Amino acid sequence: MHTTSIPTAFDVTAVRSDFPILDREVHGKPLVYLDNAATAQKPQAVIDAVSHFYAHENANIHRGVHTLSVEATQRYDAARARIAQAIGAPEAREVIFVRGATEAINLVAQCFLKDQLAPGDEILVTQMEHHANIVPWQLVAREKGATVRAAPISDAGEIDLAAYESALNKRTRMVAFGHISNVLGTINPVAEMVRLAKARGIPILIDGAQAVPHGPVNVAALECDFYTFSGHKVFGPDGIGVLYGKADLLNAMPPYQGGGDMIERVRIDESTYRSIPERFEAGTPNISAALGLAAAFDYLESVGWEAIHTQEQAVLQAAMSGLHDMKGVTVYGPQAPRAAVVSFALQGVHPHDIGTFLDQDGVAIRVGHHCAQPLMDRLGVPATTRASFAFYNTAEEVEVFLRSLKKVQGFFS
Amino acid sequence: MDDLNDLYQDIILSHNKRPKNEGILEPCDCQAEGYNPLCGDRITVYVRQNESLLEKVQFLGEGCAISRASASMMTSQVVGLDQEAAEAKIAEVVALLLQEEEPEVDLAVHGDLAALLGVRKFPARIKCATLAWHALGAALRGEGKHEA
Repeated sequence: MHTTSIPTAFDVTAVRSDFPILDREVHGKPLVYLDNAATAQKPQAVIDAVSHFYAHENANIHRGVHTLSVEATQRYDAARARIAQAIGAPEAREVIFVRGATEAINLVAQCFLKDQLAPGDEILVTQMEHHANIVPWQLVAREKGATVRAAPISDAGEIDLAAYESALNKRTRMVAFGHISNVLGTINPVAEMVRLAKARGIPILIDGAQAVPHGPVNVAALECDFYTFSGHKVFGPDGIGVLYGKADLLNAMPPYQGGGDMIERVRIDESTYRSIPERFEAGTPNISAALGLAAAFDYLESVGWEAIHTQEQAVLQAAMSGLHDMKGVTVYGPQAPRAAVVSFALQGVHPHDIGTFLDQDGVAIRVGHHCAQPLMDRLGVPATTRASFAFYNTAEEVEVFLRSLKKVQGFFS
Repeated sequence: MDDLNDLYQDIILSHNKRPKNEGILEPCDCQAEGYNPLCGDRITVYVRQNESLLEKVQFLGEGCAISRASASMMTSQVVGLDQEAAEAKIAEVVALLLQEEEPEVDLAVHGDLAALLGVRKFPARIKCATLAWHALGAALRGEGKHEA
């Protein structure tokens, strides 16, 4: 594919060749993968890191004195340090490996928040949250007689900062919001949201699942207490994710699960626990995935965040302007700035029917409620159609997507 | 495009555009909501009975072309049946959509329903086609709700 229509800071053809799956065909058409917000594709470097571990290095960590175990332990610890560096965590032990952002948020809800909650207390989220940043809070709120509240968003899909500020009160025990909306692409004013909560002494969790894939994140600069993301959305393996937390907070929290590796000393009647990060990593962790995730950050930084941003935004703008030129299309969320995600409605055609049609043309998009039903309620729709882009997408792919969409429109008109 | 044309036959498209028996039925004897938590689609099915027979069936809800067309077809196909026959019809339609071997379709017997079978080539969409039928079953059994 040539890319003359987009001024790119790098050779997108070369980048695409790093991702073996992009060569595949679907229904006899070249795959056009526009479902990156659901999960991102994996570069060969990540696939190699995982398979190299199993082919040459596999052993359990923190267990044996034999060479393989010592090597595996070193590699696992190095992966943690690499990821801490990538996200600006001051200390490697502040990076806890979990299964994904969902588990990270559940861990904070259960181990950090629950014991502090009393009847009548409040947890503040926003109307644009993913279910993973709503339901874990509901579970502890219900148990303790507390309430989950949502800060409202504007019709343009942006947080209403004044309403957010006035929702913070003496009963607010936790604030949790997404860095970037998985549906709207809205980039939240996280610095201001953190400042307003911190001024009242309220702990903050930021769900970075949709932010880490799109640009460098520095958790120390954000000054949040907790930050979470999933490996599979950052071009890494699934089954791995990160909970970043401030060391003093994490070390004051009880364990999430009990088992091997997280203990200091076990007696039948009582045990003592290790400090972080091991306290929160009971049992054998997903070692290969941790190595794969570190390899993903190596890869992303070798491509370069600026180049990634430039390509994604060029592709996003091509899609946005194509959608704006189509009759009967409603695009949700802010015009700009936004991350490379666009949700829309096509008048008279249900998203599922769009999804099936586009799939026949090899175009993979997401249709449905995107695990954000309160946001769907706010938008007044049961579902939307969403295209989400990565730096390996091209203007030509956007054209295929738009052509396919016009075909659907013609068919149903 | 062949599979797509099988899925979105004219009969399906016209049921989608101009569904039969769409709207709340008042009064009614029983109703149930069919809900697919994966996609968020919901369809409520309303039933009025006369003695033991289904006299009138209507539906209302949000759904794709397949689920709306299926609901629309259903509302005319089950009228006049008693509860047992209606349940048998539901089971028959669900089986036609799900069974492994290619079903033998008789237009005289199945009518518009034959057009629905194009969905068999789209496994991700079969629940769209069965949603209203399961909701009808739930209504007749007094369950009030079916989750796909």
